[in-house]
Amino acid sequence: MENIIEIKDVSFRYQNGEEDSANVLEHINLNIKKGEFAAVLGHNGSGKSTLAKLCNAILTPSSGVVLSYGFDTSDENNLFDIRKKIGMVFQNPDNQLVATVVEEDVAFGLENIGVPTEEMRVRVDEALKAVDMYDYREHAPHKLSGGQKQRVAIAGIIAMKPECIVLDEPTAMLDPRGRTEVMNTIRMLNRDYGITIVLITHYMEEAAEADRIIVIDGGRVLLDGKPESVFSKVALLKSVGLDVPQVTDLMYRLKELGLPAHTHIITEEAAFDLLYKLLKK
Amino acid sequence: MPIVKTENLTYTYGLGTPFEKTAVKDVNIAVDEGELCGIIGHTGSGKSTLIQHLNGLIKPTSGSVFIDGQNIWEKGVKIRDIRFKVGLVFQYPEYQIFEDTVFKDIAFGPKNMGLSEDEVSRRVKDSAEIVGLKPETLHKSPFELSGGQKRRVAIAGVMAMEPKVLILDEPVAGLDPKGREKILAQIKRYRDEKNATVLLISHSMEDVARFTTKILVMENGGVFCYDTPPKVFGRAAELAAMGLAVPQITRVINRLKSAGIDIEGDIYTTDYAVKKISEYLARK
Amino acid sequence: MLKDITIGQFFPGNSVLHRMDARFKIIITALFIAMLFSANTIIGLVPGIVFMAVCYALSKIPFRLMLKSLKPIIPIIIFTSFLNIFFLDGVVLFRIGFVKVTYDGIMYTVMMMLRIAALIAGSSLLTYTSSPISLTDAVESLLSPLKKLRFPVHELSMMMSIALRFIPTLIEETDKIMSAQKARGADMESGGLLHRAKALVPILIPLFVSAFSRAMELALAMECRCYQGGEGRTRLKELHSKGADYIGLAIALLFLDATVLVDLLL
Repeated sequence: MENIIEIKDVSFRYQNGEEDSANVLEHINLNIKKGEFAAVLGHNGSGKSTLAKLCNAILTPSSGVVLSYGFDTSDENNLFDIRKKIGMVFQNPDNQLVATVVEEDVAFGLENIGVPTEEMRVRVDEALKAVDMYDYREHAPHKLSGGQKQRVAIAGIIAMKPECIVLDEPTAMLDPRGRTEVMNTIRMLNRDYGITIVLITHYMEEAAEADRIIVIDGGRVLLDGKPESVFSKVALLKSVGLDVPQVTDLMYRLKELGLPAHTHIITEEAAFDLLYKLLKK
Repeated sequence: MPIVKTENLTYTYGLGTPFEKTAVKDVNIAVDEGELCGIIGHTGSGKSTLIQHLNGLIKPTSGSVFIDGQNIWEKGVKIRDIRFKVGLVFQYPEYQIFEDTVFKDIAFGPKNMGLSEDEVSRRVKDSAEIVGLKPETLHKSPFELSGGQKRRVAIAGVMAMEPKVLILDEPVAGLDPKGREKILAQIKRYRDEKNATVLLISHSMEDVARFTTKILVMENGGVFCYDTPPKVFGRAAELAAMGLAVPQITRVINRLKSAGIDIEGDIYTTDYAVKKISEYLARK
Repeated sequence: MLKDITIGQFFPGNSVLHRMDARFKIIITALFIAMLFSANTIIGLVPGIVFMAVCYALSKIPFRLMLKSLKPIIPIIIFTSFLNIFFLDGVVLFRIGFVKVTYDGIMYTVMMMLRIAALIAGSSLLTYTSSPISLTDAVESLLSPLKKLRFPVHELSMMMSIALRFIPTLIEETDKIMSAQKARGADMESGGLLHRAKALVPILIPLFVSAFSRAMELALAMECRCYQGGEGRTRLKELHSKGADYIGLAIALLFLDATVLVDLLL
């Protein structure tokens, strides 16, 4: 499959003088493939947010190269092209909504790139319907719930018809219902619209829904693979302050007791099947 | 005698306007001293409104609140004294930080109590220690700290008032697993060292299951139930119908039970599940 | 408590007034203010007040809301009436000690009260019936001739619109910070002026810190959505003037004439 984001030997450090200038990212090599749903998992301060911001040129590498859709992110002339293809959703839903009416906010990006009014109307409505917020198109954003606000923010991005969306901890400030709403929306965008998803998160339940998990720790890639294989490294994940799904943890502990359990189990369904076989008779 | 008690507590927002809404209705709870009580329920179930009644930030529309047997809205009761007795930590408390050093910020509450300088200093150091802030951090500006550290400064600021009842609204929201674990342990330590009572709102069933001695479930402004974790999670089907997730482990074990495997007890933590599964296998 | 303020709020609806082009509404509001201030007698205020009453009826905004919008200005009204009643010369009606109350004083006071009340109620109607975004668009459009003079018209309207977007968010935040500091024993209700000013510090600092971090994040989000200033932007909703808008304007002008006429005749 085609690589849409190529991160080649990238290191990054923040340059604001007095701050300690340790590298946040160290010699990262990573490719994001077209159409995949990749989750980047790491604890706070692991460098995962920095990684997200490198993808659409909010930050540029201190050394190494990031190519997004073939465009070098360090070249300012490429900014517009990159951002039209890669949309970004942030953590705090309040701080990314610009307008006082939902539909006006969704239109904001389209207004910026000069889409004609009639076409804009169509794209705004489509985007709102896609995230199931069409009925709220005339509401004021501050009266919506966190999950709804975040879906409006996502609508604002998909109206631009990007090929890839990078979401930087989009559910961290939401309640369980809002988290479910947003996760359903993300999955739908990947499945039905073929949009490549890069989801930055520290919730392992959310990472478990992805096709691929990249675990970042201390600015390096610690693990990269399918959820089953990543979560099977229970001891390693725990040692860097991350969790595994409760059922995986249970399997790990049963295995330690010498029982025939294995840690490739990450869903309730699979756990039930295995335990049922084990405990029957 | 319960340390926190409410009688027919009811609160209506915007009384007499088109936006009128009863956030809490007819709530009767009694929390005993030393309890570590988890409060769960949907956004809008009245949890946040309820806890703001307990330190007198909101005056009930009807009904009463008793702290340590004292009706807090009775004549002659100074509401500020109640706030020192019942410490309340809001959601994302790091946004309330305002002083230029960590020490001064933690000292804000104790100073408002009118304590001597020595006592203020002792309490600041004491509570900073409980939340795991190093002594040298006390002289730094709180605005230079990481998000997790700021959170702990804010929690220490309430702990330094040494309230008998400590109430926290989602103290670990937005933190990673390691950060959550640390703060929950520190809250438990505060309760053990100061013989305090703790009430905390959480959206994480796993945290509530592992951490609390009692659980209060709120629904539509009323109390759905108030009981021990095994009893509450024993009603998994009802909780699920309400849209509240029970711990993953409980769901798996409950499915096994309904498939005819009779594991004993109401299981809601991994530790307990491992124990019960090995016992089950040993029995055969 | 901060949530009770209705001035500047928008109440969505579908009345004639709601549908009117916001540029016309701004001009008509300006004419209405001219009506109020060109009147020199109570009778002179009548056409203006009738005009406002008709507008309220057309807007289907509940009368109650109008009264609510007047609540915050009651202290100002009382204060100015106090000054006018006691300190205006004219035909003396009665005296209390060394102060005298005059006929002219009372008439002038009543007129001032009516004028201020009508001013607030009338201009509130503009925001009640116009979405903030249509107002900022209208201001941008009305000011657009100034672009030739290098006046940053687009930037100004963008700032207005962002300010409107964030006012409710910051009000909510202020409420929350106040509660959090009260929970730590902050005393905001007692003490002298200096004490009260000092008590604001624990609220204002967190509020500024948060407003700044919001601003940074918002700027970043806007850049990510390809915001590059006013050049080459299109709009989701363009302002269109209709026949009805001109009729509305004509009616407002008629009422203004009536006001001037009444004043000349009396």
